[in-house]
Amino acid sequence: MSEMAGRQSLDLQLSADDLAPLPRSAAVETVVRPSLSYWQGAWRQLRGNTRSMLSLLTILTLLVFCFVTPLFIDFDTSSQDLTQISQSPGLARRSLVVDTAPWGGVAAQYREAAPAAEVFARSRVDDLRLQEAPHTEFVRLAWSALPGAVSYRVYRHILEPSAATDLGLPLGETERRGQVWFEDRLKLKTRTYYYSVVAVSATGAESAYSTLAATPRHAISVLDAGLRGLVDSGDPEVAGTEVDLPRHLLGTDYLGRDLLARLVVGGQTSLFIGLAAPLICAVFAILYGGLSGYLGGRIDELLMRFADFVIALPFLLFMILIRVAMGIGPGQSGVVPLLVALVALGWPSAAKLVRGQVLQLREQPFIAAAQLLGAGPNYLIWRHMLPNVMGVVLVSLTFAIPSAIFTEAFLSFIGMGVAPPTPSWGAMCNDGVASFLSHPHELLLPAAFISVTVLAFNMLGDGLRDALDAKLRD
Amino acid sequence: MLVFILKRLLSGVITIWFIASATFLAMHAVPGDPLANPKAVSEEIRQNLASRYGLDQPLPKQYLVFMGNLLQGDFGISFTQKNRRVNDIIREHFPVSALLGVLALVIATAGGILWGALTAIYRDKWPDSLIMLLVVISISVPSFVFALLGQLAILKLNSWLGFSLLPVAGWGSLAHMWMPALVLGLGTMAYLTRLMRSSMLEVAAADYLRTARAKGLPGRRIFFRHQLRNAILPVVTVLGPAIAAITTGGFVVELVFAIPGLGRYFVQAVQQLDYTVIMGTTVFYGAFLVFMVLAVDILYGVIDPRIRLVGAGGE
Repeated sequence: MSEMAGRQSLDLQLSADDLAPLPRSAAVETVVRPSLSYWQGAWRQLRGNTRSMLSLLTILTLLVFCFVTPLFIDFDTSSQDLTQISQSPGLARRSLVVDTAPWGGVAAQYREAAPAAEVFARSRVDDLRLQEAPHTEFVRLAWSALPGAVSYRVYRHILEPSAATDLGLPLGETERRGQVWFEDRLKLKTRTYYYSVVAVSATGAESAYSTLAATPRHAISVLDAGLRGLVDSGDPEVAGTEVDLPRHLLGTDYLGRDLLARLVVGGQTSLFIGLAAPLICAVFAILYGGLSGYLGGRIDELLMRFADFVIALPFLLFMILIRVAMGIGPGQSGVVPLLVALVALGWPSAAKLVRGQVLQLREQPFIAAAQLLGAGPNYLIWRHMLPNVMGVVLVSLTFAIPSAIFTEAFLSFIGMGVAPPTPSWGAMCNDGVASFLSHPHELLLPAAFISVTVLAFNMLGDGLRDALDAKLRD
Repeated sequence: MLVFILKRLLSGVITIWFIASATFLAMHAVPGDPLANPKAVSEEIRQNLASRYGLDQPLPKQYLVFMGNLLQGDFGISFTQKNRRVNDIIREHFPVSALLGVLALVIATAGGILWGALTAIYRDKWPDSLIMLLVVISISVPSFVFALLGQLAILKLNSWLGFSLLPVAGWGSLAHMWMPALVLGLGTMAYLTRLMRSSMLEVAAADYLRTARAKGLPGRRIFFRHQLRNAILPVVTVLGPAIAAITTGGFVVELVFAIPGLGRYFVQAVQQLDYTVIMGTTVFYGAFLVFMVLAVDILYGVIDPRIRLVGAGGE
């Protein structure tokens, strides 16, 4: 219409119609702002809260990490990589393939001429050397014979020895006469070792010590590499080549199981329990609390008295009791007993909240108005009660999730949670305790996942409470 | 007031009866045989043991006997430890847990009030942000991680000092208690700090504080006499739940620090399916918690006359 008017005005041919007043439309007169529903308003407020949005993003990322990635990547939580036990996080390691056939040693040396006892006590073996480049399969030592020595004692230390009494782990004593070599195959790791050799005379007196530092590199035997399919073990040329070991991005645990895989699958257990238990609790709480508040009177009193009793039960003791009472059969993961225990003990506080809310709502004028207009109980419950109760329920649900995750972690930590080998973040923490000092990542990684999840849900809960509270305040 | 206390006492007793019954039911639903002991081989010995523990009686009879004994304060005899009465076990191990709990509660309350007051004084400045960050961390990290880190901290401290300032684990002297108590109280401390902060800020906006300022009271006096004293009140209400959290939270701390408390004993009893010890400990803890909450309620009534009035008006 305005376009037409424009064209006509160019021609300057006005008709009577054009001068007639436009119809007064209601839409022009009112200031239009899209009306927001309760939930839209809450969402808008929440969106403005950076911390809550970050938390929500974190939670979504965690959910994708635990539940979506396994659809594309096959995580193996139970296979053990025995060459890489308690490996710290990192990229794939290269390893030397070595032939681990027994070692014949070096030519025997024996020097009969025994010096005086005090000379022997001051002298030490010469030319202590590594016979081959050291690696984690074996370290081969050799040295020159000391006059008067009948055998040699070999020690290994992780620190440089400072006194003859501080040589470290006694690895052994040479047995054959004139044996001036020693092979160490004892749980070698890729770290620096200090080997010390002390000669022993016919009278049993010890000489001074000679020390040699060696840092083995990672190696894998031909047989092992063949069994793992890393090389063709029938190939005689294979010894001395390098192979890539299976990759463990986040390292392995004390049984050589991949931590990344266990974190993903463990997260499924922890998050499932953490989300499912409060959800079931919330549904039950709405039914129980709603019924109690709606009916009122003696039934209300009775129902609430029972809820008070359940609240009074010592929570953790009863968690353990119910978990034990349900029992875990062989091959079961123990998730169901945990879930049942969490729901059985967790519902009353939310139910009391719902009941309080319903009692408050019953007195509200809009309920009376709706009743006056002939609204039936069904309409009242679905249109008025439920939407107004959902706010409190949602906030209490968000705070119940971190506490459920904590409870699961706590119970698994004291060995009363999910049954091994099912991974859960709490159970993984329990596994990591023993090696906490030497391999802290085994405990700290799952603990970090628990902490981040709990933190995110707590902050989201704070934001949700703020967002919903503005409307809930009377 | 008296009516209020009596009424609460009665409901406390009923609650304990409920706890005892629930414990009895849960225990008798447990699969597995408490007498499946490698020593009880012959049928005769089994029969004797069953009659000694009353397991040959029908369930309702067992329940009545259990309740009767409970009324006399008798929790029975341990299944796994010969002739050791559950009462003795509780008498021996509970004081350890209680001492640890009291110390943790003192640390948590003092720390919570102090940090909460500090955050309110330095509102929106860096000490406030720092303390609130620490609070968020303490709430989000599982207690067993703190227990292990606390142990590690003692280890590093001792090796740095060159002598043993604090023992890493065990029980016996006050030096053993500090770190476990701190770890145990940490979560409650964080919670109380948050509560104290919001309570301080609420009081700061109160009319009587403006009045105090208007009549020219010195700032110190306003802070201690008017703001702090009134802000502490809500802290008292959560002491009941805090005691519950600390007593049961003791499980992990007792486990990690090798403290011979009742919590560790309970976990052991569950692993060995020691019926009487499990039932006794649960009922004991339940009763303890019920009376603690009751005591806190009464204490609150004493401190804050408004509550007393409401309580009396409700009768």
